Amino acid sequence: MNFPDSLRYANSHEWIKIEGNKGKVGISDFAQKELGDIVFVELPELGQSLNQSDACAVVESVKTASDIYCPVDGTITAVNEELNSHPELVNEDCYGKGWIFEIEIKNSSQTDSLLTPEQYKEKYA
Amino acid sequence: MSLQTPLHQSHLDLGARMVDFHGWKMPIQYSGIVNEHLTVRSKSGLFDLTHMGEIEVTGSQSIEFLNYITSNNVNKLSYDGKIIYSAFLNESGAIIDDLLIYRRKKNYFYLVVNASNLEKDFAWMQKHADAFDVSVKDLTMQTGLVAVQGPLSIKILQKITGNAFNDLLYYHCTDYTIGNNNVLISRTGYTGEDGFEIYSKWNELPRIWDILLDAGSKYGIKPIGLGARDTLRLEMRYCLHGNEINEKISVLCAGLSWIVDLNKDDFIGKDALVKIIQQGTKQRLIGFIMRDRGIPRQGYPIFCVDKEVGTVTSGTMSPSLKEGIGMGYISTENIDTDSLFVLIHNKKKKISLHKGPFVKPNIFK
Repeated sequence: MNFPDSLRYANSHEWIKIEGNKGKVGISDFAQKELGDIVFVELPELGQSLNQSDACAVVESVKTASDIYCPVDGTITAVNEELNSHPELVNEDCYGKGWIFEIEIKNSSQTDSLLTPEQYKEKYA
Repeated sequence: MSLQTPLHQSHLDLGARMVDFHGWKMPIQYSGIVNEHLTVRSKSGLFDLTHMGEIEVTGSQSIEFLNYITSNNVNKLSYDGKIIYSAFLNESGAIIDDLLIYRRKKNYFYLVVNASNLEKDFAWMQKHADAFDVSVKDLTMQTGLVAVQGPLSIKILQKITGNAFNDLLYYHCTDYTIGNNNVLISRTGYTGEDGFEIYSKWNELPRIWDILLDAGSKYGIKPIGLGARDTLRLEMRYCLHGNEINEKISVLCAGLSWIVDLNKDDFIGKDALVKIIQQGTKQRLIGFIMRDRGIPRQGYPIFCVDKEVGTVTSGTMSPSLKEGIGMGYISTENIDTDSLFVLIHNKKKKISLHKGPFVKPNIFK
């Protein structure tokens, strides 16, 4: 399994790629494998204001629905609408084309509490 | 400690994800549920179903006994090798389990029941067997079972046995050999595709599994897990015990009146069913397709405008249709069925009722 060094991870299996005051969010390789075939993604709403750990999206496999939790406080600035017609991108390219949303980060210090790739790997891989 | 089927090592070698399933370690998926599902619809899939329960009934009063403890009429099995779908009902006309009854010979029947209900079924049968000249025997732990399902399955069996199988009709069974092993083959299944279920001696199943996989490779056969088994049956709108049918809901509410023969003298649940017919049922089983985007799941409430009128019993994203489909119970009160919704993640999503299977069955006729 692959856990890119440039990302931080949440215990609930989201990753966040931080660029300036924005962060792109998706689910980890571990999570997509555990879920199996992703057949539906419910995206958050643009402009939605969220707190850390709020359930803000849903990723559904054939068998189950899993909430996606927001890794930091902030406001949704973009969503990956491609997933409406191609939810399988979450399986095929979980760190690339399978991203789920982008958030404007309210409090950058919150990202320090997220897991490093090494910590995440040790816990879940 | 879960039971393992004789194919356990094969599943591990094939990279299956194994789960505990009613006391058995079973493969939930190999390559992925969607891929496996579509393989069965277009080519052929091989299932390990050894967890299913097999019970033998013999004795001079086998027919009387079976007609007393099951809802359908065993006299419909007018010759050897015929099979019917039936149910064990309790005194209130609800379903203890659904099952297949095979007539092997005169006064020799073979019952196939759900793994989850085997112990309960067997105890129920034993309890009622005392009043009849019958013998009831649980053969589950000596019987292996695989299913080959999908349009190319016939080609694979023809290749292995050299038999055309044109005379093996739907819901019929007969004895064959596969690789010198004696097997019972029935033209039955839970997928809506043409296919076969193959019963063997426990220890001989791995050999049969390998022969099927080898012969099937040029037809694109793949091993199929329980995940796809569930989505395949749901596309056909087949009931699953524990979801659509259980010990609380009458066989009539479940839309299974066709497996009940009220002309029989007496059978367990008959009095209750006669009463239910007089009074009418309070709920009915529906099939529906999502009109708004979303996937219905077991337990989600069904609304008519703002009033809760029912519950989803099974739901999934149909791999064939790429749409959310489901089954559920709704009230038989006069409700506007054009204004039905399922509550998904706290949002009401519109559904429309669907009659019959969601995908056209392709069974052998």
